Amino acid sequence: MVHEFIGDLGHFCVVVSFISALYAAFCFFKASSIGEISIADSWTKNGRMAFYVHAISVLGIVVSLFFIIYNHYFEYHYAWSHSSRRLPAHYMISCFWEGQEGSFLLWLFWHALLGIIIIATNKFWEAPVMTVFSAVQAFLGSMILGVVIPGLELKIGSSPFILLRDAIAAPIFASQPDFVPQDGTGLNPLLQNYWMVIHPPTLFLGFATTIIPFAYCIAGLWKRKYTEWIRPALPWALFSAAILGIGILMGAYWAYETLNFGGYWNWDPVENAVYVPWLFLVAAIHTMVAYKNSTTALKSAIVLVITSFVLILYSTFLTRSGVLGNASVHSFTDLGLSGQLLIYLIFFTAIAIVLAVVRWKEIPTSKKEADTYSREFWIFIGALSLCLMGFQVLIPTSIPVFNKVIELFGGIGNFAPPANQIEYYSKFQLWFAVVVALLSGVGQFFWWKKIDLKTLKDNLTVPLVLTLIVSSAIILFGDVADPAYIILLLAGVFTVIANGKILIGLFKSSPKLSGGAITHIGIGLMLIGIMFSAGYSKVVSLNNTGMLISKESSAEFNSENLLLFINEPKTMLDYDLKYKGERLEPVNENMFISKNDVAKTAVAHLVTAKTQIFKGDELIFDVNDTIEIAPENTFYEIEYTTKDGETFTLYPRAQVNEAMGGLLASPDIKRGLSSDLYTHVSSVRNPTEEQEWSEMEEFRVGIEENFFVNDYVASVEGLQRLETLDGVDLTSEDVAIRARIKVQGEERDYISEPVFLIKDGLVGRISDEVDDLGLKLTLLNVHPETNNFSIGANTRQKNWVVLKALEKPYINLLWLGTFILVIGFGVAINRRYSEFQKMKNKGLE
Amino acid sequence: MKRSYIIGIVLIAAAIGIIISTAGDASSYVSFEDAYVMAKNGDSKSIHVVGELTHDSSGEVTGLYPSPDKLSFRFVMQDEKGKVQEVFYNEPMPADFTRSEKVVVIGSYHDDLFVADKILMKCPSKYQETTVNAEM
Repeated sequence: MVHEFIGDLGHFCVVVSFISALYAAFCFFKASSIGEISIADSWTKNGRMAFYVHAISVLGIVVSLFFIIYNHYFEYHYAWSHSSRRLPAHYMISCFWEGQEGSFLLWLFWHALLGIIIIATNKFWEAPVMTVFSAVQAFLGSMILGVVIPGLELKIGSSPFILLRDAIAAPIFASQPDFVPQDGTGLNPLLQNYWMVIHPPTLFLGFATTIIPFAYCIAGLWKRKYTEWIRPALPWALFSAAILGIGILMGAYWAYETLNFGGYWNWDPVENAVYVPWLFLVAAIHTMVAYKNSTTALKSAIVLVITSFVLILYSTFLTRSGVLGNASVHSFTDLGLSGQLLIYLIFFTAIAIVLAVVRWKEIPTSKKEADTYSREFWIFIGALSLCLMGFQVLIPTSIPVFNKVIELFGGIGNFAPPANQIEYYSKFQLWFAVVVALLSGVGQFFWWKKIDLKTLKDNLTVPLVLTLIVSSAIILFGDVADPAYIILLLAGVFTVIANGKILIGLFKSSPKLSGGAITHIGIGLMLIGIMFSAGYSKVVSLNNTGMLISKESSAEFNSENLLLFINEPKTMLDYDLKYKGERLEPVNENMFISKNDVAKTAVAHLVTAKTQIFKGDELIFDVNDTIEIAPENTFYEIEYTTKDGETFTLYPRAQVNEAMGGLLASPDIKRGLSSDLYTHVSSVRNPTEEQEWSEMEEFRVGIEENFFVNDYVASVEGLQRLETLDGVDLTSEDVAIRARIKVQGEERDYISEPVFLIKDGLVGRISDEVDDLGLKLTLLNVHPETNNFSIGANTRQKNWVVLKALEKPYINLLWLGTFILVIGFGVAINRRYSEFQKMKNKGLE
Repeated sequence: MKRSYIIGIVLIAAAIGIIISTAGDASSYVSFEDAYVMAKNGDSKSIHVVGELTHDSSGEVTGLYPSPDKLSFRFVMQDEKGKVQEVFYNEPMPADFTRSEKVVVIGSYHDDLFVADKILMKCPSKYQETTVNAEM
């Protein structure tokens, strides 16, 4: 049955939310433009009502879509393509951000919530700020409108409530229009991870909050409140930078844990698309702070706030219009929205630029230039450095856009992104990071307005000396040799120590003001952590054989991977390792089970236990228990022994993931205080591919008589007549016999249970594989007259895995620095918001 | 001269420097032949070549030579202009490599052999479903 009502309701909400946003924008615009207070007030009230209606309908869209996903209404394209019956409820919300429509919806939702907060907390600013807000909402709403303008054949937006039969022209719908698929195609297993439940909403909250400083800035220009907008905008700008920063780092952490590129940051265009606006936003915050304390840099604050929002729009365009194409692994596919996205980008960019240009002359500037020995001057230089840092990433990231523009004018754009992105970006970003770190340390020692040189020298001496001592110690112990890394280390340590000194001073006098110092300490620690973990990441799985790549070439290559055969120990740099076999992870049980201990059933995600399975001493599954597993995941048990004899086990994973182009490896990480050992498989036997088996060898044996297959001792323990057989319809005439064969491997015994079947007078044989040993046993025949049976054995290459292992020193400093950064932002937000509240309560704003 | 002018000039110079260096470091999509000529002229910059694996009449991938230890492999690839070239990759063969519709190799010529530093694959994706079957 097709549940049409819920989709119609959802679509109705989409339309209402779009129209109400337009109307709210109009009302708030009127309210801001009309001078007479009583009329303006009634317009404001109207706008407020319209925005409430808008917010409620956005909630309605979210609820309708969730209802469809939760109840498995696979007649809807969105549920069908992003969910499935087996998807646990807590991952259902992840469906919202797998699809592009859902992620627009998430964005709309945050804006609606933030809009309500703005209405509640503002008096003077409500109408102009909400005009911008509502206009943005109308644009975002149009992205999921899914309405075709008749006559023009112009489709506006892509609706999440489209029915499967309307989305896909499959032949089945011609004969059965009401056909509903039994199951959906499922959520990408990569997104079935708790980080992917919290990372996208956090990132989108960060995206959404960037509109607030922008809206205040536009309102300030519009209402000629050129200086007053900064006070309410500043706490929100800080909040936005904090949330966006957390969102980015959550993504980095997820990548570190889940993806196998060996790190947390890959300079992928999608990553860059959030990194660049974040840098500009941080630069904007610094100029806003400078203005608040010294009345300089107002124009730069305006320009930077506008730029960071425009960059958010630009990155939305980059990641969602399909323009990145092959340049990125995880941008969305094109939904035909590129035109709409471009209009969205151009509309707000143009309005902001025109408004700023028209009002430029009226914006007050300080008559005197900032003194070289003043804090505001160095903050300004710092902000400029951050902008250049962002600009350097922005240009190469936009290469696909340049190609498109060249093609638009009839040329051939064959520019490709730099071949080695990580090396390319690192060599520039490193120096920007050094400059920024040094400035954030030194800047704190300048006073606002002016400081005399002697005081400055006196204050800086102690931190400088300390920096040199601490850095030398780290260089000696950490074996830092590269000059560039030494400089980065010095800069990072200096930031931490200099800001540490400031912090100690502030704790005594005014802890509320310590936000900046704390944040900068976080940045310093992050830089040190990044320097070590990325710069001194060491491949420990080196294969030093050194092979010639061709006879003509003399270049030698060392492979960074190791081939491990099952149960054959191998030595790598500081460890002895042994590959112990393929493992499965039962759903709801935090353990791994050997693939050899379970038998497959007709259903991919259900297996049955062949033996008793224990976790420690506790019996978890008894023989023939059914176990639910995630069939797409295989784990590879690798046992490590250190030189000191300490043993630990890692379980890197390979996942069959069609959406990501096949087989996907995820690392397993041994965490240590001073360094992480990061391991992933580089190549495995493809679980979806057919194996090559040797010719069958036959044995004729009796019960408990030993025979040798592939050098392993095996014996038949018993035979059993089966009453039922999974997947086969047995009648009383049919016979099914299962043999239980024990094979003694190097490490443990294995059970193999081949089946001999006579059905409708025909003989069938179901072989059983001992996965670890690469053995396939078949019960060929039963000879009751001699009381023995024929067993056939095929062998294949033993199980193997190609492994890569990396050491990531001091990566914990990066995560620790992140925490401290967030705390610092929190302190700063608190301070700036209470300043705003004080002024508001005085009735000034 | 006012200090703000100096800052402005430095800023513009830095921005131009970034753009020029990007243009210099940007790679490009070329054919094997162009790549070969570049290498012969001493230009060892990494470039992108787009192409396909070679197939025999029954659709099986041909010209695939994994090393005995599986840690590296060589393969034959045909670029968009039809030139067939052997490529070496010093990493294990990526899973589903043989299924890829399109291959982008990033690397350069070492004498007559193209050595890839990185391989990007475009696989036929089952992700964007285009039809629905009754059995589902």
